[in-house]
Amino acid sequence: MADQKLDLLQGTLDLMVLQTLETMGTLHGYGIARRIEQVSGDEVLLNQGTIYASLVRLQQQERISAEWGTSDNNRKAKFYAITRKGKKQLQQDTAYWGRLTGVMNRVLAMQAEGSE
Amino acid sequence: MDNLRYALHRLASFFRKKPLDQDLDAEMAAHLAFAVEENIQRGLTPQEARRQALIRFGGVEQAKQHHRETRGMPSLDILLQDLRFAFRTLKKDRGFTIVAILILALGIGANVTVFSVVDTLLLRPLPFTEPERLVWMEPADAKGLSGATYSADAFEEFRQQNHSFEDVTAYMPFYGTNDYKLTGHGLPQPVSGVAVAGNFFQLLGVKPALGRFFTEKESVPGSAPLVVLSNAYWHSQFAADPSIVGKAITLNDKPVTVVGVMPESFDFGAVFDPGMKMDILLPQVMNDIRDEGNTLSFIGRLKPGITGASAQAEWSSIGPRLHHNAHNPQWGIGYTATISGLKEHVSGKLRRSLIVLWSAVGMVLLIVCVNLANLLLAREATRKKEFALRSALGAGRGRLVRQMVTESLVLAFSGSIFGLALAYGTTTWLAHQGSIALPLLSSVRVDNVALAWALFLSIMAALFFGLVPALRTTRSNLQEALKESGRGAGEGRKQERMRSILVISEVALACVLLVCAGLLLRSFLHVLDVDLGFQPSRAGSLRAEYKLGNTQGLTAAMAYQRQGTAIQAIVDQVKNLPGVEAAGVSDMLPLDRNRSWGFTPKGREYRKGEYPGTFVYIASPGYLQAMGIHLREGRDLSWSDRPDTQQVVVINNAAAKKYWPGESAVGKSVMVGGERTIIGVVDDVRETGVETASAFESYMPVTQAGAAGAELVVRSKLSPEVLAPSILKALRQINPDQPEVAFRPIQALVDRSTSPRRFFMILVAAFAGLGLVLASLGIYGVISYSVTQRTQEIGIRMALGASLQKVRGDVMASTLKLVGFGVVVGSIAALLAANGISSLLYGTEPGDPRIYFGVLVLLLSVAALAGYLPARRASRIDPMVALRNE
Repeated sequence: MADQKLDLLQGTLDLMVLQTLETMGTLHGYGIARRIEQVSGDEVLLNQGTIYASLVRLQQQERISAEWGTSDNNRKAKFYAITRKGKKQLQQDTAYWGRLTGVMNRVLAMQAEGSE
Repeated sequence: MDNLRYALHRLASFFRKKPLDQDLDAEMAAHLAFAVEENIQRGLTPQEARRQALIRFGGVEQAKQHHRETRGMPSLDILLQDLRFAFRTLKKDRGFTIVAILILALGIGANVTVFSVVDTLLLRPLPFTEPERLVWMEPADAKGLSGATYSADAFEEFRQQNHSFEDVTAYMPFYGTNDYKLTGHGLPQPVSGVAVAGNFFQLLGVKPALGRFFTEKESVPGSAPLVVLSNAYWHSQFAADPSIVGKAITLNDKPVTVVGVMPESFDFGAVFDPGMKMDILLPQVMNDIRDEGNTLSFIGRLKPGITGASAQAEWSSIGPRLHHNAHNPQWGIGYTATISGLKEHVSGKLRRSLIVLWSAVGMVLLIVCVNLANLLLAREATRKKEFALRSALGAGRGRLVRQMVTESLVLAFSGSIFGLALAYGTTTWLAHQGSIALPLLSSVRVDNVALAWALFLSIMAALFFGLVPALRTTRSNLQEALKESGRGAGEGRKQERMRSILVISEVALACVLLVCAGLLLRSFLHVLDVDLGFQPSRAGSLRAEYKLGNTQGLTAAMAYQRQGTAIQAIVDQVKNLPGVEAAGVSDMLPLDRNRSWGFTPKGREYRKGEYPGTFVYIASPGYLQAMGIHLREGRDLSWSDRPDTQQVVVINNAAAKKYWPGESAVGKSVMVGGERTIIGVVDDVRETGVETASAFESYMPVTQAGAAGAELVVRSKLSPEVLAPSILKALRQINPDQPEVAFRPIQALVDRSTSPRRFFMILVAAFAGLGLVLASLGIYGVISYSVTQRTQEIGIRMALGASLQKVRGDVMASTLKLVGFGVVVGSIAALLAANGISSLLYGTEPGDPRIYFGVLVLLLSVAALAGYLPARRASRIDPMVALRNE
């Protein structure tokens, strides 16, 4: 989607969710949020609630699927899993991020040299 | 593709709000439960665990809102919100809403109706296959039907020799009303029919509603008689009985087999002879009319890729060689034709009138929009505080404009719903006006194109009258508006100027409409005033049937004598009925059908192409008197003019003046259907149209020429309802098979001829009237509003000693100033418009000062009335009350 490239944060969260589901398998919303927090340490201050906008969007884009199920501790929760389409998207986005961060690093490095 | 699916998902979510919200609630509850549980495991107290969980989650409501916006279609939600709000505000302001919707309904209804007419007559193709390749052929300067038609031989020769046309077909236009008689269904019924060439239906590409059409093989001498019924006649006479196909009916005492029924989409009269109700179509056997001169109207289908111009060029080379009659080449050789598109022939003449009508109705809609813009401005001025408050609470300007435009759209759509109902009603009514001689009128209806037009108009109107006030209102300074207590200083005056401009333009538009309507009305009155040459009032006609028996082997003289005797019996019988002042028979009636013959004063030579024609009436003595045609000199036809006496003719003044200027034509000889002596000269009769100057006309006795039927004309003081039964009874005594024909007033012929003009005039006048009412409403609204706004000011002035008259006079003066501006602007525009419609005027100058003066007086008096009511209110303001009102 066009706005992912513009709205970095939105794209970022979607990508984090996809990556989490890819590596962790099926998870519920809380699990995903916790996982992202854990992995990023304290560097991302995530309002856990915002994850649900991301989840519904990915779901409508058919990149993840959702199903009500029961957790380990016997609680009803909605479980999400990545779909084939989502995996494809994840690959693309990962590559894109790789390129973007590479470019950003180079650009920022160049600025540091130039200021000396 | 993915994007489309994504959009569909979102749209689906829009309609499943409730279950999705419940799902989300459950999911978030589960989320919090997980978090609380985990926090408790980490050793927090339950309260602290819950608090921490909520902090980590962020705002629950925001998260939900964010989720909903992502999930659904926020713009659609806003629209629904705006719609609900619009309905609520409009409901609160019921008076305004009703007036607005009513005005819009009138404006849009009138527009859709006119559009349907324009679409049917001008824009929509004819109901034939590939109608753009169909052309009409007719000599350029054709006067009357005989000059516009071709002979049967020319038809066959042209069909063989041309290379431009896929084929050429023809029909026989010399029919009358009720030429045929249907028996076997109670009393003999009159039937109108037209004979068409065998390839008529194939060439046009029409499909029968039922059965089949006859073919060329069935149009040769000796083929079994066949008939095709018009769809309307099949419904009215045979109750749409499908089993009629294949059965024989008795037409003119002979059995004829019904082979098919015409489709509803193609009515012969509606296309080729507006105002004529054509019941049946019969095959024309060419041999039967071979010796009758010009009898056929040509319609051709161009080959694909052939242009009208190249067909025209071919005509110019073939035309001069075509025979009037192949066996009698001395009768003349050579025809010309101007080729025009069939559609152009059918409705081309009406294009200008229709465009005028369309413009007039468009102006009405403009006035409606201006009026509504005015109403909305007034309304929004009172809502200014509301808008200021809303924008103070964070509504952006775009959001406010959007909301106001939504309101306008709601008004416009409600208006157009009622307008469409109105249009459905009027188009249905119009489609059943068989007496209006406009082509294709019977197929006028509100179709999908008209619906789309209505939608387009409503949106445009809503944007026009909604956007202007919306932008104005929301532009104002927020703080000013909040402080302002309704009676603004600067902004209020600006608003008033805007409203004044709107009223001026409204008055100007109404002025243009009124002037045009006035000019058209005056033209119409002139047309009604035309000296027709006959007196239609108190005269009526019906088609009388007479029997000649077997005329085979009779000489022409013997046949004329027999015909004369039969007609004399009819005339004598009817003449003596009580209440009948005069009675006579003619085979043709003016403004009905016509035919012409060559006309040459004896001893004159004409070069080719100069040969003048005369309209010919084969009439009985008494016809001139019954029609009220004034005999200028000489004598009327008489029963003593017999086949064996001197051959006589009565001519009209135009012919007499042309050939015998300054002397009496009586006693002179002329070649017209043989050599004849002129015995009388009568007034000119309008033959082909009320507005068409008379050509030459000749009347010959039924005892000396073959008549094409007998139109019995009766002049009487009695009403037709009283007279008709006794005439029919008298006719039945002579001929028991006399069909049950209607007795038509001669005025009906005149009315039919003037009906298109009447139609356009009435519509334009109605639109002008509507414009006037709307404009006066606008004037009233503005003046009344300004009086309300200035209550305090007026109160002060009165307290300072201004008299009642002074206050009233000021209000009236400002009213008249507005209207004066409008009339000046409008008159200039009207002068331009009037020049544009000058070709539609009759006996009226586009700059006729009486019309302009009349419109001025009308507008000023209406304005005075509209201004008087607020002025009276202003003068009744109690200074004490007004001042305390602050």
